[in-house]
Amino acid sequence: MAVVDRDGGVLAEVTELDTRRHAEVIGESIAFCLDAAGVAPDELSAVVAGMGPGPFTGLRVGIAAARAFAFGAGKPCLPLISHDAIAFERLGGLALAISGEAPDPAATETAAPEPAAPDPAAPLLVITDARRRELYWSAFSGLDDAGLPVRLAAPELARPAELDEAVAGSCGSAFVAEATRTDPTSTPVSAAALGMLGEVLFAAGRPFARDEPLYLRSPDVTVPGAPKRVS
Amino acid sequence: MSATEPLVLGIETSCDETGIGIVRGRTLLANVIASSMDEHARYGGVVPEIAARAHLEALQPTLEAALAEAGVTLGDLDAIAVTSGPGLAGALMVGVGAAKALALGAGKPLYAVNHLVGHVGADVLRDDGSEIELPTIALLVSGGHTSLLHVRDLLDDVELLGETIDDAAGEAFDKVARLLGLPYPGGPQIDRVAADGDPKAIRFPRGLTLPKDLAQHRYDFSFSGLKTAVARHVEKLQNAGSDVPTADVAASFREAVVDVLLTKALAACAELGVPRLLLGGGVVANARVRQVAAERCAAAGIELRIPPLALCTDNGAMIAALGAELASRGRAPSPLGFGADSTLPVTSAQAS
Ligand SMILES: [Zn+2]
Repeated sequence: MAVVDRDGGVLAEVTELDTRRHAEVIGESIAFCLDAAGVAPDELSAVVAGMGPGPFTGLRVGIAAARAFAFGAGKPCLPLISHDAIAFERLGGLALAISGEAPDPAATETAAPEPAAPDPAAPLLVITDARRRELYWSAFSGLDDAGLPVRLAAPELARPAELDEAVAGSCGSAFVAEATRTDPTSTPVSAAALGMLGEVLFAAGRPFARDEPLYLRSPDVTVPGAPKRVS
Repeated sequence: MSATEPLVLGIETSCDETGIGIVRGRTLLANVIASSMDEHARYGGVVPEIAARAHLEALQPTLEAALAEAGVTLGDLDAIAVTSGPGLAGALMVGVGAAKALALGAGKPLYAVNHLVGHVGADVLRDDGSEIELPTIALLVSGGHTSLLHVRDLLDDVELLGETIDDAAGEAFDKVARLLGLPYPGGPQIDRVAADGDPKAIRFPRGLTLPKDLAQHRYDFSFSGLKTAVARHVEKLQNAGSDVPTADVAASFREAVVDVLLTKALAACAELGVPRLLLGGGVVANARVRQVAAERCAAAGIELRIPPLALCTDNGAMIAALGAELASRGRAPSPLGFGADSTLPVTSAQAS
C-alpha cells in the first residue's frame, strides 16, 4: 500500500508480508498511508491495482480492496501487472521517475559502473513465488525511452526445473543466459513502484493492463465420479 | 445521521452468493444477489476457490445495481456493514477487504457483523410495518449451516442451542440427490421428485433423537448417518436387481430431515417457553419444510415467522439490517483491524 505523486514522489508506503492477514490489515494499511501522506481519498487522481500474478487469496483481497476503495472515493481503478512494477523498480525506472529524469541507456553503458546502479538496458527475469513449488515469471528487455519496462512475454507459471526451458521457449536461450534474475524468496511487489509506474504510464499515454486477476492457475477441484459405496 | 433510521449498505460474501442490500432503519430499499451456484453444479457442492473468485468479479456490479435499485448514492449512506463470519474464509475475506476499502474511500463508518445473527435480523425488514417479536427460537438451515438459536435480543442476547455436528441439512440434500442421480443443488430436485412419493415408505433414521443422544445433544443435529442409511438402502435394492423407487426414497429422506429439524425446534419452543419460531436459510425454500412447520406450529400454538425467500437465502439486506440496528442503538463502528472469522460464534452480533 502506498500513496505516490508524480512530482512529490513516494508520500507513504506500508508493506505487510504475512499473507494470511491481508483482509485483517488492509483497512489499517490504507488508513495509515492516507494519514502519513496527509491526503484525503478525494484528492487522489486514481487508484492503481496490482493484478498479479500472485497466489489466490492475497491477490484477491488486494484487488477487491483497490476496486472498492476507488469506487468509494469516486476515482478510476487502474489495473497493472505486478511484475511490471518489480521490473520498473529493479531496472531503475522508479528512481528515474522520482528524480524526474529521462533514462539514457547509452550513458549508462559508457558511464563508470557503480555497483548499486541498475542498468536500464539489461535483460531482467522477474521470478516470484507461486507457492506449491512453482514460480511466476516475466521477462523484460530493459527500459524504454519513457522509462517503462519492456515486457517480452506475458506472466507465466513454471516449475523451477522447467523454468529455463520455458523462458528460452518464448525469449530465446541468449536471454536465459544473460538475464539477471530476481530471487523468488525475496521479491515483494513495492506498492510505491506500482503507483509510480501508474503515474508514468498515464503521463506517457500508455495502456494499462487488463482488468482481470492473474491467478494463472485453475481452482483446485475435481469433478466427482460416481458416489462411493457404503456397503 | 438520523439516529433511528440510518441508511446502511450491507455486504455479504460468506458462501456462494454475493449479496448487497440497502436498508433505511427497518425498511428494505434494495436486495441484489449474484450467485455462483451454477459454477459449482458440476462439482456437486460449493467449491471455495470458485466462490471466492466469483465474489471478486460480482462485487462492484452488484454494488452498483443495489445503489441504483435503492435510488441512493454512496455519499447518502450513514454506514456500511459486512459479514465477518461465520462462513468460507476465502469468500469472507473478499467481502471484508472490499468493505473496509469502500468505507475508507467513501468516508463511512463500518460495522462487522455475524452472518447467523443476520439471518435473524432479516425479520426486522417486515413490509407490513410490524415489529420483530422477541424472544424467539430461530431455526437456520442452509447448505452451510444448521443452527438452532434462542434470541432474546438481536444484538446482545443470542444463544446457540444447538447445531449440526457433521453435515449441514442442505449438504445432506445435495449428497442424497447425487445418490439418486439428481443434479445440484439437491434441495429443489428432491422436492420435485418427492412430490409423487410416499414419505412413510421407508423409515430412515432421525439423527440424535434417541434418549442416549438427547442427553448430550438435546438441540444438535446430525445428517451424516441419514445420508449413509439412504445410500445403503439404494445399494441393497440395486444389488438385488430391483428398481430404486426414487420418489419414495426422496420423500422418505426429506421427511426424516424435516421431522428432526422441526421436532427439535418445537421442543426448544416448549421447553424454553418461547411461543415463536423463526425460519431462515436457503432450505426454507423447501416446500415440505414450510408445510410441516406451519402444521406443527399451528398445532402447538406457536407463532411461525418465515421471511420472504429472498431474505431467507444469504443476502446483503439482512447484513444491512443488522448494521442498521447497531447504528441506531448508537453502537460504535468496528475498529478497522477485524478479520474474516470463519467460526465467529453466534453470541457476537458485532465482530470485534
Ligand atoms: Zn446463511
